[in-house]
Amino acid sequence: MEYLKIAGAFITLGGSLFILFASIGLLRMPDIYNRIQAGTKASTLGTLLTLLGIGLIHTDWLLKIMMLIIFVLISNPVSSHILGRAAHYARMPISDRTEVDELEEDTNIVSQEREEEK
Amino acid sequence: MVDIILKISMVIIVFSFLLVVIRFLRGNTVLDRVVALDVLTVSSIGLIVLLADSFGRVIYIDVSLVYAILSFIGVIVIAKYLEKSL
Amino acid sequence: MKIKAFTVIFSILMAVWLILNQSVDIEYLVLGAVISVLLAFMFCRGCSVFNDINFTPKAFVYTFMFLAVFIFELIKANFDIARIVLTPSLPIKPGIIKAKTKLKSRMARLILANSITLTPGTFTIDIIDDTLYIHCVHLDDADREKLGKKIIRKFEKYLEVIYG
Repeated sequence: MEYLKIAGAFITLGGSLFILFASIGLLRMPDIYNRIQAGTKASTLGTLLTLLGIGLIHTDWLLKIMMLIIFVLISNPVSSHILGRAAHYARMPISDRTEVDELEEDTNIVSQEREEEK
Repeated sequence: MVDIILKISMVIIVFSFLLVVIRFLRGNTVLDRVVALDVLTVSSIGLIVLLADSFGRVIYIDVSLVYAILSFIGVIVIAKYLEKSL
Repeated sequence: MKIKAFTVIFSILMAVWLILNQSVDIEYLVLGAVISVLLAFMFCRGCSVFNDINFTPKAFVYTFMFLAVFIFELIKANFDIARIVLTPSLPIKPGIIKAKTKLKSRMARLILANSITLTPGTFTIDIIDDTLYIHCVHLDDADREKLGKKIIRKFEKYLEVIYG
């Protein structure tokens, strides 16, 4: 029982370290897509590990915490996906280091074809 | 032992809030700020559950569940609004 | 196929209600059952996403294999991102590539896009018809078509079995 608590505490510590990495990434990354990459997703794993650690310390809370984990796991990719799409269609500036942007090419081709049809 | 480690992780999370707030204040565009807000809310779910442990109250977990749902809807609404499809 | 959607929605709502209340008294059970039946009856008509799940033993086994692969990828990729963020020179080479998927069902595509998004280093920006547009933090030197196939293939082979 005591070992479970210590393991939970260390998992929580690991989760908070991942949240710290996420915030450092949010500060350092050059454009919004990379910020979404570093920020929202590293913080997702950080939060999941924190919740799991607390769930191991208080095993009678585990069911509720599992529900919270499932909700975060479902809702977080949706919000980061929709932020990325909004950034792309609102023409946010993209970093100079970007190698290729095939979505830009394809959507431009599609809109040009539509204009030609008119 | 366990208490000390949990306190340390709380301090780490609060410190990372500080870094996110810097991005929130500096953010070049509106969406950068929204991303910072998203990170802030997701990590505060973890902080609220840590607080639930330190106060020993299970009701705080329900609070963080409601907070997660509301912040998710908020981020989606702001993103749809900026995409001009709302 | 309304029965299947009805059953799935009802069991999810009932499970959430019971977990939130943490008791199995008769009044909680009856109240939860009544509200769940009402909500499931209201929403089962417009809900077509649950229709194409296969409830076979093989799909069940593959669900667990998918979860195991997914969790492993999630942890591995998170360490990758942490390494990139902590390196002083910031070794990123971002780019948006496209990849075609063979999955037909909408739910399977949703799960595929969400699992790609949850493993850091790659995230889905948009799906147009059967093409996923994926933003990568680090593009390898290999040609882009092969890279896109590699990212998708990891999860697709399990989802193909689960969603026939």
